[in-house]
Amino acid sequence: MKYINQENVLRKMSSRLMVNSVFKGLFFLATLFGLVVLSVLLYRVFTQGIGYLDLQFLQSVGSRFPEKAGIYAAFMGTIWLMFVVVIVSFILAVGTAIYLEEYAKQNKINKFIKVNISNLAGVPSVVFGLLGLTIFARAFALGQSVLAAGLTMSLLILPVIIVAAQEAIRSVPRELRDASYGMGATKWQTITRVVLPAAIPGILTGSILAFSRAIGETAPLVVIGVPTILLFTPGSILDTFTALPMQIYDWTKRPQADFHDVAAAGIIILLGLLLIMNSIAVLIRNKFQKRY
Amino acid sequence: MASKSKESSYSVAEMISKNSGKSLNRSVEKSIPWILFAIAGVSVLTTIGIVFTLIFETFTFFSRVSVFEFITGTEWFPFSIQNPSYGILPLISGTLKITGIAVVVAVPIGLASAIYLSEYATDRSRRFIKPILEVLAGIPTIVFGFFALTFVTPLLESFIPSLTIFNALSPGIVVGIMIIPMIASLSEDAMSSVPNSIREGAQALGATKLEVALKVVLPAAVSGIVASIVLAISRAIGETMIVTVAAGASPNLSWNVTDSIQTMTAYIVQVSTGDAGYGTTIYYSIYAVGFTLFLFTLGMNLLAQYISKRFREEY
Repeated sequence: MKYINQENVLRKMSSRLMVNSVFKGLFFLATLFGLVVLSVLLYRVFTQGIGYLDLQFLQSVGSRFPEKAGIYAAFMGTIWLMFVVVIVSFILAVGTAIYLEEYAKQNKINKFIKVNISNLAGVPSVVFGLLGLTIFARAFALGQSVLAAGLTMSLLILPVIIVAAQEAIRSVPRELRDASYGMGATKWQTITRVVLPAAIPGILTGSILAFSRAIGETAPLVVIGVPTILLFTPGSILDTFTALPMQIYDWTKRPQADFHDVAAAGIIILLGLLLIMNSIAVLIRNKFQKRY
Repeated sequence: MASKSKESSYSVAEMISKNSGKSLNRSVEKSIPWILFAIAGVSVLTTIGIVFTLIFETFTFFSRVSVFEFITGTEWFPFSIQNPSYGILPLISGTLKITGIAVVVAVPIGLASAIYLSEYATDRSRRFIKPILEVLAGIPTIVFGFFALTFVTPLLESFIPSLTIFNALSPGIVVGIMIIPMIASLSEDAMSSVPNSIREGAQALGATKLEVALKVVLPAAVSGIVASIVLAISRAIGETMIVTVAAGASPNLSWNVTDSIQTMTAYIVQVSTGDAGYGTTIYYSIYAVGFTLFLFTLGMNLLAQYISKRFREEY
């Protein structure tokens, strides 16, 4: 019988511990990599764009000359777009989530709806652009309007909000529903007066994150054919428009280096908008986070 | 005070009678599920709409270009006036080249971050690092495209002088950076769900943290990790703006990553921003390319779902 050789173990142990700490360092560096890239990206964009970021930039529309180009039309276009996206996607997503969580029985149709939603989440945004181009822009003859783009974007972010809303509704405890039924409330009354108010912070947090994704999405807009240079802002949801990422894309692909600085200034505005929305989401999450 | 407390307290019997008086009538209560069912159907209609438009328009395309040429052709010159050719292989090779570079960048870094976060990091540093990775995931792809074109490409040029302005390497690396948070956070979830008792068992036998991570936790979480990588690949295949901005528009089959290439997504954008008129063969070709892209990503997504279901370890 062989006994454990203490010396041998100790000798091996020290090298094993050293490998461990070397790899710990490597893993830590890999984790830092993401943070470093993020800071380099932000630093580059800010130093490049800050020179063009002035009142004139905020108040003017697109131009052939970099020093005259501005973000106003694109900014207003994005606001109009979000107006449609917020209303349409919120109603569709919350309705779907309530149906799936509160009404749907475990049958084949409802299982199919759930599988379908998770598959829809994996469809590339450029394919949603083809859908929007064919159905909304051409078949419904909405053209390059706010409505056509808004409906396309809504469908794109629909799966994300549905999943967030489902989780929020699911986390409302049974006891609250039972209490409501016990008081004689009907199912719909329970949903609108007990379940939804309790779930709304979670739903809002998930939705705002999805909306901020919609603000930055470019591919579907390009495919629908949304123009980049527009000298006016939309007056109704049926008007043609341009949006922040479209404008940035246009400036990015121009050969003149000056326009790259203008693009960076546009990116600062876009990232600022995203930062504000994300902060709101975090605020809601922290303020209303309740544990039952 | 006394009257106030009387106002706010009812007997249950009173409440039921009060409620039944003003409650929405039964027909509304009965129609609500159907209205909600219709709303839930929109997501199904969306899928049907996508599949139907893609198949329908692709069919028109194949009435003009043979399926055989499309699948096996090695030249993609749709804009050639005299002799346009529609062989999708160069677009697929461009897409796979970008995806390959992205995977080489993202898998080691993403996995290493996941191991660090789940095995080494303290609770506090995890709570600090994870949100920052989420910020990275929330950066719009057009911003990443701008970053690839104006920063990464010039940076690479100083190492590789033969690099053209539009190339596969720079957008490939940036797509990789884009999918790092996805691999890191999904893999971390999979590894964190491995119960602590298994780790403690291994440590009690004298394993170091690294040995626990690589020989115990990683194998136990392998289904979740593989699923996260497959999902990330799917995302890289479908990525559009980074490759449109930084990879160029010259479809070719070469293995050289320093040359300009074109991906399936970038081709769709190129035609959309150009002036290929409605009804031309070029117009229909974007649906055929879109359909191919859709099949690729759908296959990957189904594979990821299958892996995470089939090989899930239950504790």
